[in-house]
Amino acid sequence: METLNKIRVLVAKPGLDGHDKGAKIVALALRDAGMEVIYSGLHQTLDQIMSTAVQESVDVIGLSIMSGAHLPICEKLTAMIKEQGLDNVHLVVGGVIPNQDVQVLRKMGVAAVFPGGTSFDTIVSGINGLFQ
Amino acid sequence: MGVARYIKDEKGAITEVVYQSGMKIKPGYGPQDLADAGFSYETDLGEPGEFPFTRSLHPQGYRSRAWTTRQYTGFGTPEQTNERFKLMIANGQNGLNVAFDLPTQMGYDSDHPLAEGEVGRVGMAVDSLKDFLTAFDGIPLDRIGSGLTINAVASIMMAMYQALGETKGFDRTKISCTPQNDILKEMIGRGAWIFPVEHGVRLVGDSIAYAVKELPRSNPVSICGYHIRESGATPAQEIAYAFEIARAYIDTVAQRGIDPSDFVGRFSFNFNVYGNLWEQVAKFRAARKIWAQMLKEDYGVTDKKKLFLRGLFGGGGSGLTKEQPENNIMRGAFYALGAALSGAQTTALCSFDEAYTIPTPRSALLSLKTLELLMDEVGLRDTVDPLAGSYFIETLTLEMADKIKEEMAWVKEMGGIVSGISDGMIQKKVSQQAYEFEKGLQSGEYKKVGKTPGKEDEGADVELHQYNAAWAKSSKDSLAAVKRTRHEKAVADTLRALEKAAKGKDNVMPPLVECCKAFATVGEMADVFRQVFGEWQEPIFY
Amino acid sequence: MPEKVPDIQPDPPVEIRQILDGDVMAGARLIRCIEAGDPAAAQMLGKLYSHAGNAFVIGITGPPGAGKSTLINSLITMFRKKQFTVGVVAVDPSSRKTGGAVLGDRVRMQAHAGDKGVFIRSMAARGAAGGLARAAKDTCLVLDAMGYEIIIVEPVGSGQADLEITTLVHSLGLVAIPGTGDGIQAVKAGLLEAADLFIVNKTDLPGAASEMMTLEHLVQQRSLEPDTWQPPVVGTCARTGEGVDRLADLFLDHRQFMKDHQVLEKIQTAQAGEYFNTLVRQMVMDRIDPWIDRQVAAFLDTAAQKAAVAADPYQAARKLADRLTRFLAEPDSEVF
Repeated sequence: METLNKIRVLVAKPGLDGHDKGAKIVALALRDAGMEVIYSGLHQTLDQIMSTAVQESVDVIGLSIMSGAHLPICEKLTAMIKEQGLDNVHLVVGGVIPNQDVQVLRKMGVAAVFPGGTSFDTIVSGINGLFQ
Repeated sequence: MGVARYIKDEKGAITEVVYQSGMKIKPGYGPQDLADAGFSYETDLGEPGEFPFTRSLHPQGYRSRAWTTRQYTGFGTPEQTNERFKLMIANGQNGLNVAFDLPTQMGYDSDHPLAEGEVGRVGMAVDSLKDFLTAFDGIPLDRIGSGLTINAVASIMMAMYQALGETKGFDRTKISCTPQNDILKEMIGRGAWIFPVEHGVRLVGDSIAYAVKELPRSNPVSICGYHIRESGATPAQEIAYAFEIARAYIDTVAQRGIDPSDFVGRFSFNFNVYGNLWEQVAKFRAARKIWAQMLKEDYGVTDKKKLFLRGLFGGGGSGLTKEQPENNIMRGAFYALGAALSGAQTTALCSFDEAYTIPTPRSALLSLKTLELLMDEVGLRDTVDPLAGSYFIETLTLEMADKIKEEMAWVKEMGGIVSGISDGMIQKKVSQQAYEFEKGLQSGEYKKVGKTPGKEDEGADVELHQYNAAWAKSSKDSLAAVKRTRHEKAVADTLRALEKAAKGKDNVMPPLVECCKAFATVGEMADVFRQVFGEWQEPIFY
Repeated sequence: MPEKVPDIQPDPPVEIRQILDGDVMAGARLIRCIEAGDPAAAQMLGKLYSHAGNAFVIGITGPPGAGKSTLINSLITMFRKKQFTVGVVAVDPSSRKTGGAVLGDRVRMQAHAGDKGVFIRSMAARGAAGGLARAAKDTCLVLDAMGYEIIIVEPVGSGQADLEITTLVHSLGLVAIPGTGDGIQAVKAGLLEAADLFIVNKTDLPGAASEMMTLEHLVQQRSLEPDTWQPPVVGTCARTGEGVDRLADLFLDHRQFMKDHQVLEKIQTAQAGEYFNTLVRQMVMDRIDPWIDRQVAAFLDTAAQKAAVAADPYQAARKLADRLTRFLAEPDSEVF
């Protein structure tokens, strides 16, 4: 039976970087995995991302960061998520992420990290895995 | 295999090959193929250096002059950028290609809250003329030209470059800069847009109209099929959309009463050399022809040199892999070979570590040396257009031209490129293709050496270019110092003049030059535009 | 009821008070629970019902590419200038193949993401007929109870602009673009009667004036009784915001007109009745759907009946349907 309860994901592009190919193709892959994907568009402030996540009551915020600024961005966003009590929302991050930063991000509270080149299957099962 | 679609039989022999642009490739080609395609040496090729320039812009190709190399450079503070510029020039680079950080590209100063964490990260931070004076210190601006990789605020940077030259004692007629200044491609691919599309196009128009009269050695716009290709366009679409974008810019300038013949010679292009080698060669040969024909037929341009498809054909970043990054060195060499066989005037390569990081000096030099090697060791300067006359290449070039024209016709049907971009039709097509291609790559339908379908990347250790938070502080301090020492009244006056021009129909370039000379900041000038023009709302993505 | 996936369930149902106080997170979570088919959420809706009914609900319908989202973005700006709080429900199609969806309308409205007076909710149609999400009506109810004064609903832009939206909104704007013959299509689709405002968007395109004239002509052909609302035709350029101020005023005029002529109440009563009907229908169908499946399977269990279906499915179906309805009317009887 088709479930009424679908995973809702906000795919967001924080900051000034405008390379959105990765964000868009991942959004399409998540759609094809049966998820409902809200795409934020470019140049989002963290406040915009938070307010969108709340209004859309998403289960996952997926950030696409290509500029190298993933550490400062995620540090702030994880703090905001905690502060606003979005306990059920998982933060995942993709983009240009060097290996050595993956653990740093995980320690911050990022639920999963998908560096460039991660397959759609891994991303989809990684997100599904957050709810099992 | 590769980026083309290969179908094999059970023994592993290839039975069908389809290139990304849609051409089906035969196992072999002969004279009959050329006859079937109605090939004519005179009309389809012409002599090298003669209309329609399929073979070459110059009669002798690289014999008379090797290509110009322009590696993309710039990071951190203007001081560091200056150092890297000098390193590249000392190693034989003959043009600069300046990278700006994201706050600068988006028209924010280093002290803006949105700039936090980004200052100096992917390019150099420029807040005011002071930064340009530092970055270009000791560079002979009358001999070395500069590509400026900036779009939404390209008009500001071009004005800044003129202010730089004049402050350093170089006459504006002697300096040469090539800002990218292609806002429409940003809306398709790279995302560094600010203002609504019609205002964005107006700024491009203003800067072209200004450069035609005041900056005779500068090329005010460099249309980037490159980024459109990186976003998922096929090689045929890359050329077609770039030409339709060029058409939009020509039209906007022509509407001011300027004859296209007076400025089209100053357009340059930035194209991508990524994909199947033969498809690339056919693409550039076909593109030279179509561009010359379009200018001649649609705009009545007759002067030979104004029909040239000038530009940088550079190795594409999306071909690189994170896996086994050393393979990217070889990839770069083959992309460069493709560029040379295509008669690239100017070229550059993505460095092998770019899938990870901003190039280190070692990797940037390696790219430069790869390019040098092709010209000086391998023999690519020997004779012009060496693949001409090949049954395969000539058939493919004709087929490629048809594909490009089909895409151009599609754009026309949508009411032109501006409307296609406003409605998101182009973006939709390109992202859908990018998605399909990525799926194909993951399933093994397309192949990149070093990438195994179904197997995750282990990651490899490469030297990383580290971001240094001290850059931001240095930029902010420098900005604060500028604001302390400049004449505030002059700044306010010049910004007011800019606002007046922006609100009306006057060209914004003269007031921009005055703003720069008064040390108004990039953020202050961009804010004037933001207030007058508003900001673009992206089309729906679905 | 379909089973829930407990792990993705948002927090337990929130307090009524939080919704009425306009708590954004509570409201959003309630909508999430409604979409997930949570029975507790349905109960909460019942308690909210008497607190709703104050919002003015506007629908913006039209074919894909008409610029509905951009228009709504500009409308939000205009209504905010007039000090109204605004809720938006934007419905996008679900993929038939995978059931997933990319909800992209919001991108056009993201400039309002930081505004506390604006609540935008994207919703997937999930195969609901007419393109209007099953939960859209209930979402409007929540936004209404939260205190949003104006609610704008954007249904899926289908080729045939859908009429289902009329059961949901007080005032319906139909968007057409010049040179596409949308006006004529609207007549064919029956929207001419349903629309309260005709909007010709993208007035910067050629043919805008003639499109407006065509529409005005069509509108005037309607036989109007005295004291009925004369639908205006308004030109807008959503991209630049041109004409949208006037459009916002016209929507408010329409509301005033409906109030003055006691139409609003009538519409609300009619819609409430219709909704009750829908609720009953849906609840009954939810309950008997699996039962029907079982009966059909049982019917096909014998070779003779299988042969009957193969020979004449119409006749066989009529026979089974008769039996099933008889059983529903007299539960003591036997189906077979």
